Amino acid sequence: MRAYVPGYQLTTPASLHDALDLIGNEPGVWKPFAGGTDLMVLLEAGKLPHRNYVNIWPLRELRGIEITDEYVTLGALTTYTEVQANDVLRREFPMLCQAASETGGLAIQNRGTLGGNVVNASPAADSPPALLAYDAEIELVSSSGSRWLRYDGFHTGYKQMTMRADELLAQIRLPRIGPIRQYYRKVGTRKAQAISKVCFAGVARMENTRVADVRVVLGSVAPIVLRCKQTEDAIRGKELDDDTVKLARETLLREITPIDDVRSTADYRLRVAANLLVDFLVTARS
Amino acid sequence: MTKTEIELTVNGESHKLEVFPMARLLDVLREELHLTGTKEGCGEGECGACTVKLDGQIVNSCLVPIAQVNGADITTIEGVANGDQLHAVQQAFIDHGGAQCGICTPGMIQAAVDLLERNPSPTEADIRTGLAGNLCRCTGYMKIFESVVQACQK
Repeated sequence: MRAYVPGYQLTTPASLHDALDLIGNEPGVWKPFAGGTDLMVLLEAGKLPHRNYVNIWPLRELRGIEITDEYVTLGALTTYTEVQANDVLRREFPMLCQAASETGGLAIQNRGTLGGNVVNASPAADSPPALLAYDAEIELVSSSGSRWLRYDGFHTGYKQMTMRADELLAQIRLPRIGPIRQYYRKVGTRKAQAISKVCFAGVARMENTRVADVRVVLGSVAPIVLRCKQTEDAIRGKELDDDTVKLARETLLREITPIDDVRSTADYRLRVAANLLVDFLVTARS
Repeated sequence: MTKTEIELTVNGESHKLEVFPMARLLDVLREELHLTGTKEGCGEGECGACTVKLDGQIVNSCLVPIAQVNGADITTIEGVANGDQLHAVQQAFIDHGGAQCGICTPGMIQAAVDLLERNPSPTEADIRTGLAGNLCRCTGYMKIFESVVQACQK
């Protein structure tokens, strides 16, 4: 049943400073509201229990993409459309652009934000696997200051994050690491307009046939988007031969614990995750 | 909770409204401004029937709370034609049977007009991507697709 709209508050602060004061003065009372592509769905379904929101959408301080030699830094309100339009992201971070292009249709991509995708904390979200594979860092701000932390480790459990109630996610930055093999694949019921059953993001830095470094990330196979570190350890530093691929596959099958739910089954997710890992490694070898 | 004052421009006309801040843009357009051309399909951003243009970009008006459009410029399906002169996309939908029950049509036309404004010579793949967020349960999509192809040739 639809929510009772007059029961909700959505206040628009004049600046980021005012927004941080508001959420800092009454921690937990106010939650951020960005593009609305997740929260409005819950509102319509009558499943939005929290009542008081800060409208951060107009805050210019949280917008824009900045490029330096070391990093590409994205404001938390960067939309999926803006991600796809950025030349540097298209060239160096194609997995993020692909994730953005496979999230909803254009009307959603014009409104949905990277920051929202991160703090909404769905284990089935499309951009977090790419962000984790790129070893992104995030900036949390509050009225008492700002802190940067690695995105790896930010999600601690289902919808749980190492973020205080007085903090906002302000920026996400991606280290520009040079040429790497990249592999992103979202598997859903259909090729387009579907929530993922399994989402895979992998990067590998090759030295001839040896894997100098590797990151393997899976979505929809655990309560959080999962960096598969045991699997990475089974690959890192090795010659990328058939034995390594086999060992990596076996390690992954032990490392992830997908469940049966409305979108898929544990068995299917395990099999697809393993197949995607093998495809990633075989592709990286060629 | 209290209502808030919102100013916005819809189809070139300025409005000042007292509304609850979480009211959906879709409902304000239909119930306050009586612009009932914008349809509600799913109410959860899947179907695209409620698509409007907001500051130059298409959005699902069911997912936009009214507090986020203060000062914005909005075009609904009522504002797509130029007076009595239909937009080429609208005429093409008539010529090719692109509309059947009509519920998806306002959103389909908004998405197609937006596509042609961004890309006057779209490929077939571009057209499919441009219409991807809009669901139709009548036509099987081909007549809609052909309508957009025809509109490109004008």
